[in-house]
Amino acid sequence: MIKVALAGNPNSGKTTLFNDLTGSRQYVGNWPGVTVQKKEGTLRRKKDVIITDLPGIYSLSPYTPEEVVTRNYLLKEQPSVILDIIDSTNIERNLYLTTQLIETGIPAVGVLNMMDLLEKRGDTIDIKKLSQLLKCEIVETSALKSKGSFEAADKAIELAKKQKTTIPQKIFADSLEAELLKIQQIIGDMVGQHQLRWYSIKLFERDKRILGELALSDNQKKVIEGIIKNYEKKAGDDSESIIINERYEFIGKVVKECVVKKNVFESTSDKIDKVLTDRWLALPIFALIIFVVYYVSVSSLGTIVTGWTNDVLFGKYIMGNLSVWFDSIGATAWINDLVVNGIIGGVGAVLGFVPQMFILFLLLSILEDCGYMSRIAFIMDKIFRKFGLSGKSFIPMLISSGCGVPGIMASKTIENEKDRRMTIITTTFIPCGAKLPVIALIGGAMFPGVVWMAPAVYFIGIAAVVVSGIMLKKTRLFAGDPSPFVLELPAYHVPSPRNLFMHVWEREKAFIIKAGTVIFVASGLIWFLSGFGFADSGFGMVGAESSLLADIGNIIAPIFAPLGFGNWKAAVATVSGLLAKENIVATFGVLFGLGSDVAEDNSGLLQELQSMFSFGGAAMAFLVFNMLCAPCFAAIGAIKREMASAKWTAFAIGYQTILAYAAALVVYQLSGWLGGHLSFGIGTVAAITVLVIMLYMLFRSNKYKV
Amino acid sequence: MDTLRNVKCGCRARIHGLNGQGALKRRLMDMGLTKGTEVYVRKLAPLGDPMEISVRGYELSIRKSDADMIEVE
Repeated sequence: MIKVALAGNPNSGKTTLFNDLTGSRQYVGNWPGVTVQKKEGTLRRKKDVIITDLPGIYSLSPYTPEEVVTRNYLLKEQPSVILDIIDSTNIERNLYLTTQLIETGIPAVGVLNMMDLLEKRGDTIDIKKLSQLLKCEIVETSALKSKGSFEAADKAIELAKKQKTTIPQKIFADSLEAELLKIQQIIGDMVGQHQLRWYSIKLFERDKRILGELALSDNQKKVIEGIIKNYEKKAGDDSESIIINERYEFIGKVVKECVVKKNVFESTSDKIDKVLTDRWLALPIFALIIFVVYYVSVSSLGTIVTGWTNDVLFGKYIMGNLSVWFDSIGATAWINDLVVNGIIGGVGAVLGFVPQMFILFLLLSILEDCGYMSRIAFIMDKIFRKFGLSGKSFIPMLISSGCGVPGIMASKTIENEKDRRMTIITTTFIPCGAKLPVIALIGGAMFPGVVWMAPAVYFIGIAAVVVSGIMLKKTRLFAGDPSPFVLELPAYHVPSPRNLFMHVWEREKAFIIKAGTVIFVASGLIWFLSGFGFADSGFGMVGAESSLLADIGNIIAPIFAPLGFGNWKAAVATVSGLLAKENIVATFGVLFGLGSDVAEDNSGLLQELQSMFSFGGAAMAFLVFNMLCAPCFAAIGAIKREMASAKWTAFAIGYQTILAYAAALVVYQLSGWLGGHLSFGIGTVAAITVLVIMLYMLFRSNKYKV
Repeated sequence: MDTLRNVKCGCRARIHGLNGQGALKRRLMDMGLTKGTEVYVRKLAPLGDPMEISVRGYELSIRKSDADMIEVE
């Protein structure tokens, strides 16, 4: 069994090479840190060779999770050989990692990738000399064109069979090497011969993880610290910086001897970038690109395909025919109803998004793979960082105004974990398409003629994002070192269709499986609760007003009393909104005896609502709560999938619901009190207290700020 | 001593040293921003921050507040 570890910088074409070698379903993106998990596959046609795709990293420092994962894998699991992917068009920074990988003592093959691009530029690299200077085998490839991939793998296998370990060469200044030798003598028999260099350098860097790993006596630690201090004094720099400088010094020498660069000229990518991130043109072009993505995937083509899948494919063909088929075999009415309306209706509502998401993900993948997504972060960073979000949060928020499900999933492109979590939590505050009928309903009933109703709700959504960002940023959960915004802006290139489709399929598959299972159970449950209950004749199928859901509504209604809608109908409508927000309208239709296909501007429905809410503030509170509280099950499924943690999913849903409750409380109580509908009482006090707490959380100083 | 933050667009500068410590300093240096390296300030983002620089033959975006840690001459 031969274990090959694929390592390299982000954007070096590592994932493309991995796909090429294993033929597995992976995808390539432009985001630094896109391969956060370890991915494995066997080499095509050679089952006994396992290839591990390590995260894309720039260094083996102890500071980022990706780097730590890679270090631990290399040192603890001892792969047979490292395939180090080097972007030959960006050789200096790529060799920086190469020198560190070689230090682990594992045999390594350097893969000079993107040689076609280098040739196009007219640059040349002396492979033979490079191999001599690095003391490491070098092969050339163009992974995007599938050139040289298997030669690289063969070379690695050959090397792995020949030797188990290598002794890394000395590359630093003699004075520094002498000190490293002293450290090596101290730790002499604690680690393997081939790992001595790695450990001595890490100890010199005062790497805490390594220091904790070795069982050094206090005296030994003191001697090592003395060696470091002494050298730092001589060099006038800290030990970590000394090593980095020495490393780049060595690389400088290597590059000078092996690389011949043609005169610097403006590449096509530079020319494109000049326009796309131009001081004046950047924002209009950004707006245009976003408009096109939004228009195609949400408004025009997207709506058409979703409408067709929901109404024609599921509604007419599948549900219609299935219902007829159930009747023909003499199935009981409730089985027919459960399967057709409960399960297929619910699951279908979610699967209806699949074609639309295909279009959206395809467009997003193109933006990502061609390199524009990094520029979006570059353009938007200044605004979003104020709310604890990333420039990349813009895309999820925008898409969420169409539908929260793809919006949440689009957060995948945010590589920083805290930024990503914050985006997932806040993105569904932006009103999605399904919430529009609810806004129209409440607006029509309680605020007729008020044209700014919909804009006001959007404003509340945006305010909820901003307020949450600022409040959460100051809590322990999101505290800690702010991750530095040090972002590579990779050269633009045409994405490969194969990588695009792998990318899109990966996301679609995840959505169908994970979100689908949650919906499946939830739709069945809601169907059961709304259709069954205790009647005079015992337990069975009943109308909505005597269903179990109505019973539940009666129980939970008091919870909403402080918000001004403590009646069971409003409570049931809110619960049914979990299935899909537009259900709120249909549920009111059923509960008021107007039928489930009632329109949001039905005059009877509007009248019923007018008598249900005591004054405008109560209706507004109902609206605010339903806009901000836990999103629909499909979106909750997406949150669960993207958080990949039950705890964080619970936190997100809990936070959203609490914020919704607090906001609705403030709206109802204060508008009621100020408008003379409610007398000053415990509710007013509660609302003022909530408001004060929120203001405090907004304006207190951030004690975690570094 | 001036910092990279104050280098004008379209200008070159040589790094003299980095202030600060820990993860951020290490990240900046790992990306090739070491003593003696020449950097070229390509542009600012449309809203004035972050900045885009060319270093060691590639493009890097850093915030002005981080660029303030980098002394240049």
